[in-house]
Amino acid sequence: MSEPIQYGPALLLPGQQIRITTNPNTEPFWEAAKEHKLTACQCAACGHFRMPPSAYCPECSSQEVNWPTLPGTATVFSYVVCNKNPANGEDYIYVPVVVDLDGAPGARLNANVTGCNAEDVHIGMKVVVEWTEIQDGWVLPNFRKA
Amino acid sequence: MAWANQDKTAIVGIGATDYYVRGKSWPRTINDMAGEAILKACADAGISVKDIDGFSYYSTAGAGYLDKFDTASLMETLGMPNVSFSATLTSGGGGCPGAIGLATAGLVNEDCKYAVTVMALQQLPQHRLGVVFGASAPNPENSFLQPSGLVGPGHLMSVLARRHMHLYGTTQDAFGEIVMATRANTHNRPKAVRKAPLTKEEYDASVMLADPLRRLDFCLETDGAVAVITTTMDRAKDCRHKPAVVHACAHGGQREWGRAFAWMGMPDPHFASSGHKFTADRVWAQSGLSAKDMDVALIYDHFSPMVLMQLEDYGFCEKGEGNDYVLSGKIRYDAATGKGVNGGVPVNTHGGNLNEAYIIGMTHIVEGVEQVRGTAINQVKDAEFALVSGGPASLPVSSLILRSA
Repeated sequence: MSEPIQYGPALLLPGQQIRITTNPNTEPFWEAAKEHKLTACQCAACGHFRMPPSAYCPECSSQEVNWPTLPGTATVFSYVVCNKNPANGEDYIYVPVVVDLDGAPGARLNANVTGCNAEDVHIGMKVVVEWTEIQDGWVLPNFRKA
Repeated sequence: MAWANQDKTAIVGIGATDYYVRGKSWPRTINDMAGEAILKACADAGISVKDIDGFSYYSTAGAGYLDKFDTASLMETLGMPNVSFSATLTSGGGGCPGAIGLATAGLVNEDCKYAVTVMALQQLPQHRLGVVFGASAPNPENSFLQPSGLVGPGHLMSVLARRHMHLYGTTQDAFGEIVMATRANTHNRPKAVRKAPLTKEEYDASVMLADPLRRLDFCLETDGAVAVITTTMDRAKDCRHKPAVVHACAHGGQREWGRAFAWMGMPDPHFASSGHKFTADRVWAQSGLSAKDMDVALIYDHFSPMVLMQLEDYGFCEKGEGNDYVLSGKIRYDAATGKGVNGGVPVNTHGGNLNEAYIIGMTHIVEGVEQVRGTAINQVKDAEFALVSGGPASLPVSSLILRSA
């Protein structure tokens, strides 16, 4: 087996190259993000969390939802180290992570992690949200090593 | 309980074009290549193309991921006088062998007499599969995935592989063994894209594209077309070759897998899996068989770790033991004996998507047919049962057991 690669600092993908779109089910999540509040879609009838937000609770079929403000902390569930910026193919070290959100059991987000070298990211690592301005005035939750 | 349609249909014709490196099939067109594959499959079966009256697609009738097949267009091109079955499975390459079950549904319902399943693939510069996720316009659903920079299937499946390594101690050595073991099956295959034997040093030197996955863990990108023809057993007896009997076939999946790596919400142990447990359990229940009864396994190999996870989901080994199973040589084919190695079942005797060609799963069906006919280039001795799997991806995924007649 070959030696682990030393990548150096994990970078954020630049916000100016990122676009999102919303629909009435997902817009409250993104509106909260504009105010730097991390939330997740929670069924108001049975309390089940679901992400991405969708039209029905898959547990009880209710359409009523809550948008609780979460602590903004999370745990890395898995990740991959990438080395090319997808916008232009140039060398660029970034680490997409799948995180479990504290305060929202079962809800995950996919984001970039910063604040450490790419080779030091690990499953179980504690992270805290940080906000990235992206196109069209939207704000994206990313995460930094806690 | 045995499947109601067990042994009622068979694959009787297989046809393929040459396999071209991505983009090299131009100036051929999709329908040119699909037509060649269909006409060759008809010749192989000993029927006229005018006998085809059913179309059973997968991948939402996709030709590649951005082109679409249209039955009326193929009919106009090839001159079938009438069509009485035209249907597709949804999602992508996961449904490939499931399309034979769909064909079986049309045949036993007497909607049609000869059903063709076809895939053609042509990656012109604007149609590259590897960036399909990233190139698609952001919609409200993938706005929760794409901004993270998870833009290619290799990125996405690396996240699953990493979780598997964390939970079970799985190593990149096992991924390398999957590539090397299946590469060893292409040196004698004239149409294979990668034929040179692969050493561990060469594997370790392969460029890291999405850590933990290297370039050689990614499948080929191929242009070409493959078609197969399924018919009822009574008609199959009049065809040219020994029928490859459809013994069991299932498609679908469970909610915990769902949209899979386009979602990333799967709970353990589904996250670090191939999502095939549901259809695997169904074909084993349909047939009364289990992994140890298979003579050869044609496992969809878009990315090497997904082979390891399918071996677990189908029960070739226990969950979490794929690493040791693979590294003990058990997926290798021994040409001297025509059997497996160390008590294992040979995997991808044709070289698979990693080494021979990538036509979104169809080459695995072709190899399964040749194995149970007894005409494969790397023939498993006395092969009676062949397992064929579809690509781990958003459901439906699918599973097929072919039986020697």
